[in-house]
Amino acid sequence: MKALRESFGDEILELVKEFPELYVIDADIGKSCKTVPFKEQYPQNHVNVGIAEQNAAGVAAGLATLGKIPIVSTYAVFGSLRMIEQIRQEACYPNLNVKVMCSHGGFTPANDGASHQSIEDLGVMRTLPNMTVIAPADYHSARCLIREAVRMYGPVYMRFTRDPIPYIYDESVSLTIGKAHTLVKGDDIAVLATGDIMSFALEAVNQLHAQGIKARLVDFHTVKPLDEEAVRDAIDTCTQIITVEDHSIINGLGSAVAEVVAEYGKGRLFRMGVRDRFGESGPYEELLKANGVSVAHIVEQAKTMLEDK
Amino acid sequence: MEREELVQFLKGKAKELRKTALTMIYTAQSGHPGGSFSAAEIMAALYFSELNVDPQNPAKADRDRFVLSKGHVCPILYSSLILKGYMDTSEIYNLRKYGSILQGHPDMKKTPGVDISTGSLGQGISTAVGMAIGLKRDHSPARVFTLVGDGESQEGQVWEAVETAAKYELNNLVIILDKNRIQNDGFCEEIMPVQDIEAKFKAFGCDTHNINGHSIPQILDALDAVRNTASCKPQVIVANTTKGKGVSYMEDVPSWHGMAPNEELFEQAMKEIEEGEIV
Repeated sequence: MKALRESFGDEILELVKEFPELYVIDADIGKSCKTVPFKEQYPQNHVNVGIAEQNAAGVAAGLATLGKIPIVSTYAVFGSLRMIEQIRQEACYPNLNVKVMCSHGGFTPANDGASHQSIEDLGVMRTLPNMTVIAPADYHSARCLIREAVRMYGPVYMRFTRDPIPYIYDESVSLTIGKAHTLVKGDDIAVLATGDIMSFALEAVNQLHAQGIKARLVDFHTVKPLDEEAVRDAIDTCTQIITVEDHSIINGLGSAVAEVVAEYGKGRLFRMGVRDRFGESGPYEELLKANGVSVAHIVEQAKTMLEDK
Repeated sequence: MEREELVQFLKGKAKELRKTALTMIYTAQSGHPGGSFSAAEIMAALYFSELNVDPQNPAKADRDRFVLSKGHVCPILYSSLILKGYMDTSEIYNLRKYGSILQGHPDMKKTPGVDISTGSLGQGISTAVGMAIGLKRDHSPARVFTLVGDGESQEGQVWEAVETAAKYELNNLVIILDKNRIQNDGFCEEIMPVQDIEAKFKAFGCDTHNINGHSIPQILDALDAVRNTASCKPQVIVANTTKGKGVSYMEDVPSWHGMAPNEELFEQAMKEIEEGEIV
């Protein structure tokens, strides 16, 4: 068990050795975002603009024009929404090498309540031209994807989460941005998931296999560009798809997959996620459960869809 | 060049910049003349005296940067870049045309010499701060100049940027405030008073230099002062200007913020600019 925000804190300490032009830009929540060791060891590569996210995005863009690789680090709700126009104007439109890497995605700041929970970030970021959108599933895959995001040129939004979650991959994991990764093979029904809710999806798929249902599980760590081929392959092989995300069912992975399904003209889809409503303070799993998202819900949904087939 | 010779030279350049910008806006039948003209002397002094830039090598690493935070007045920037030799003069007739390298607001990917894309107010100054942080840490001799509007300074982000500049002691950053007192909907004093803006910059940790923004000698003096400063504070030049300066029917008339003249008014304006003497 390890939190995705720890991946960020650990990986930037390694990456800066390979990329001395790496900058981390904090907006006062460096402690929560795990950037403190970086700040202490590489003060020349660190900027803290205070509680001023809009400025953080602009400062990052200015640094990027010099060939720096700036990473803005804040909470997902602010990194996506508070500074979205700055990201659009000064990072995406000029296609500058600005990375936005945020902790506290989805419902994971559970006790903080709706103001700090981020259920729209993947969706709004997905609509920006030139933007790549990534939500890793566990500690090791997050470190791999952070590395890949820094190695690629262009704006990237990456979502981490707050709490320790189970390992899914090991240290040797090698993922490619834009290429979905099949975690469990199967051809009865496909579960496509993004982010750290993967551990729920994996548990559900394992339960389905134990009951004789060959469910497929695919890690869509990259929400944009979406691996459309992997969606079409799921339709061709499994016909039915369940998307699972700790995000609104509007505009997130479910919507992205729905776009492919609709254009493909076949297949059937159920989007599991936050059902167009805000969260509240409470236990993480309860908040998801209230939206029909849990291991049991995935298992039941798969069975229901297979019975209807 | 001797000082007096330089002053006359820059006055001539400001005149050329106004005529070029107006020709662009007239040809396009769209664009922002008012704020272009309030900045003409400032832009002449920057591009033809102060900035260390090379049109033959627009990406030179140690060049000074210029950020047009009030991006809508790009006709005066494009005119500066054209007259400086970054582009062919035929580009004068391509402003805002489909497929043009001269977009309605500055685009660093399309226009040589544009250091950052701007247009959404309040954001350019943040990018200038980012550039100044990076250049300072790299021990570059390059400086960053940014032109900000007084209407623009109603954006809260401007002050986020300024306090960051002060925190990181960006004395390699020169913020020039084009205080022309007019914004899109009318006079700033009516729309949203910006209060004592020089005092605000001081309170946010900057050194300020208050000048007549149409006086070439005063602009040169201020640029000398910020270049030679021993202060570690960001340098702010508060340039008191007149929107639409140089064209009688545009001066201090808010509707010329973003409007193109018809043929008759264009001819009149070109004549007034040619024959007029500023300051």
